[in-house]
Amino acid sequence: MRKKLNEVDSGKLFLSGNEAIARGAWEKGVHFASSYPGTPSTEIMETIGEEYPEIDAQWAPNEKVGVEVIAGASFAGARVLSTMKHVGLNVAADPFFTLSYIGATGGIVIVSADDPGMHSSQNEQDNRLLGRAAKVVILEPSDSQEAKDFTALGYDISEEFDTPVLLRITTRICHSKSLVEAGPRMEVPVKGYTKDIAKRVPIPANARKMHSRVEARLKAIEEWGYSSPLNRIEMGDKSIGIITSGISYQYVKEVYPEASVLKLGLTNPLPWKLIGEFIDQVDSVMFVEEGEPYLEERIRSRFLVDGTGSELISVEGELNPELVRAGIKNGEELPLTFTGVELPGRPPALCPGCPHRGAFHILSKMKASSTGDIGCYTLGLMPPYNALETVVCMGASIGVLSGIEKAVGRSDMPKLVSAIGESTFVHSGITGLIDMVYNGSTGTVMIMDNSLTAMTGGQENPTTGKNLRGEPAPVLDLEKMVLACGVKYVRVVDPHDLPEMRRAFEEEFAREELSVIITRRPCIMQYKPKRITVAVHHPDKCVHCKLCVKLGCPAISWDAEKRIPVINETLCWPNCNLCVQVCPKDALSKDLEGVV
Amino acid sequence: MRRTKNIIICGTGGQGILMASEVLCSAAWRSGFDVKKSEVHGMAQRGGSVSSHVRFGEKVNSVLVEKGAADVILALEKMESLRWVSYLAPHGKLITCDVKIEPMTVNTGSAVYPDVEKIMDEMNIPNLMLPVREIAKELGNNRVVNIILLGAASKHLPEISEENWFQAVEERVPPKALEVNLEAFRRGRAL
Ligand code: SF4
Ligand code: SF4
Repeated sequence: MRKKLNEVDSGKLFLSGNEAIARGAWEKGVHFASSYPGTPSTEIMETIGEEYPEIDAQWAPNEKVGVEVIAGASFAGARVLSTMKHVGLNVAADPFFTLSYIGATGGIVIVSADDPGMHSSQNEQDNRLLGRAAKVVILEPSDSQEAKDFTALGYDISEEFDTPVLLRITTRICHSKSLVEAGPRMEVPVKGYTKDIAKRVPIPANARKMHSRVEARLKAIEEWGYSSPLNRIEMGDKSIGIITSGISYQYVKEVYPEASVLKLGLTNPLPWKLIGEFIDQVDSVMFVEEGEPYLEERIRSRFLVDGTGSELISVEGELNPELVRAGIKNGEELPLTFTGVELPGRPPALCPGCPHRGAFHILSKMKASSTGDIGCYTLGLMPPYNALETVVCMGASIGVLSGIEKAVGRSDMPKLVSAIGESTFVHSGITGLIDMVYNGSTGTVMIMDNSLTAMTGGQENPTTGKNLRGEPAPVLDLEKMVLACGVKYVRVVDPHDLPEMRRAFEEEFAREELSVIITRRPCIMQYKPKRITVAVHHPDKCVHCKLCVKLGCPAISWDAEKRIPVINETLCWPNCNLCVQVCPKDALSKDLEGVV
Repeated sequence: MRRTKNIIICGTGGQGILMASEVLCSAAWRSGFDVKKSEVHGMAQRGGSVSSHVRFGEKVNSVLVEKGAADVILALEKMESLRWVSYLAPHGKLITCDVKIEPMTVNTGSAVYPDVEKIMDEMNIPNLMLPVREIAKELGNNRVVNIILLGAASKHLPEISEENWFQAVEERVPPKALEVNLEAFRRGRAL
């Protein structure tokens, strides 16, 4: 048996950036963590849940609540952590900005995992800009060791300077592994709650004083930053000086090891004195940063620098060593032996047995569609369904549906439902539904309840009956919740019961009143089969209509020569029989059985 | 070893790419090297293309392999090997297998699965197309394709000793499946 990581207190560990942040928090004695999952940040909380029971960790219904709860815990003197993806910080922005004024009694580290390249996100926002606007400390690690060290140091900064710390990481830091030196956990006491109204109630009279404290704090940290280990100058060839931070530093070292480098780990407040000294020592300056030209714009606003930056390295997409090489070495490329080959794409698809497939299949058959939301079911957009037309942000499917109706009127309303998962509904769909009731919208909201926050790898949420550690928790009753919002028509449908699914859509589209359809069937990650049944094809009955293939199930492929479907027995899902239902000729059955 | 070694392991979601790269990293680390690996989670896991970059040497900076620099490309699915071919170094080895997984775009008829062998011939890509399906079948386990191929790749990474490879497999594979994975590795290494 592998040891739990909380039993390891020395030696080297091979950790992802996310795992290293969890480790850093644990070693530094963090007491409490509350977060909502979001790629690429999710594994920080999962690691805490699995490896570090000393930290009291819980899933919040959304990022705003997560930050509010850690704020309270910090007021009571606990060291706290909240993690989120970049767009999660938008949701949490309200408490985040005010918490900056209030400060930190127990150390506060908030992790923003940005996603340049949009591996799994809807935008490329660079949260250094948000951190700066909130006037908090920003730290940017460049590998797992630094992810651990900066997290730990973040608590010292937070408590010494009375400020929240924003640890800004990117996908490549989160999901890359490298070696990390392990240390033991330090135990620090929870300081306890003491009433301090002037510090924690930002009514204008207090908030003005708070703002002065924030400005003074930034000055003090800037000074501290001059000699802090977070920033360093690596002098080399003085003809070129590269200013960089985060993962970009590693690419610079890889492709231009001889250059002089100013590596910034503390990117708000900026250590101006150190930056000035560096610029004075080199002939020309180059900025290499992923995302927005944050360092470049700020440094150029203060120093007249002869140099280049965002015009050579794009603000769009994720950096890699090729782009950095070409950017800083005048278009240089490694010689390629082979050029790329044009290949069919391999877009992600709903899993075999996915409960969402039934609903999207029927919508598409009915030439209906949906306003979409954030989750696995966003894939309803893909062929063969083409049954999702808008995505804005978490929870927006409901407001968008209602807004379309407001603009065109009930009679010209296209056949749309709002498609939102149960976790996203709890995150920020409920208020949208209340708005629909209150303002008289008549659309149909489909809550796709698969009892799991699935897109991010399968986390518990208030509807699943379990908490972050897998212990039993109260279940939020969605039907009652919806009724309590004032919706009169609520029905629950098994999305794999295709006739019933169709009937539900037909009836609710016809109803001139607001209704909610809850499609309920567990995510395949929730279902541990005892018995295997695999779909079997009977070529003698097949009429080669391809209706089965049009389900878009990854377990069904088409043999173009024999003109029959081929079922992949490893992929076919035990408790699914969608293809059996759609075949018009009983050419598919589900009677091949085995035992796991 | 002067140069950092660059390896890309690629294939599709659910094939055990991340497990294979964990074993490789552990073996390299046991051999005293600095190691970094990169992978991307999220959407990629829903049946999409998945890849993991592994780099080891005295001191590794970038986690990503640069185009034109891969010493080994290990593809668990044959078409996916072509997706990464521009990363191959002049001396690099492309190791792939007879596993074919049709993407949804091919299933639904909007794309055609390419003739991988023909493209490789036409482009003169030196490759090892290994018959792993047969071996996996003999071993009675479809899920060991990743470890068979890793065994085959291990011969092209002489910096790592056989002992370290086997210990890495032992460390990373769940005890229940250890025997079959060790055998899979041996069979791959013997190819
Ligand atoms: S039963 Fe049919 S539709 Fe369901 S997973 Fe198996 S092959 Fe796919
Ligand atoms: S739906 Fe039935 S009849 Fe049509 S191609 Fe598939 S198996 Fe054959």
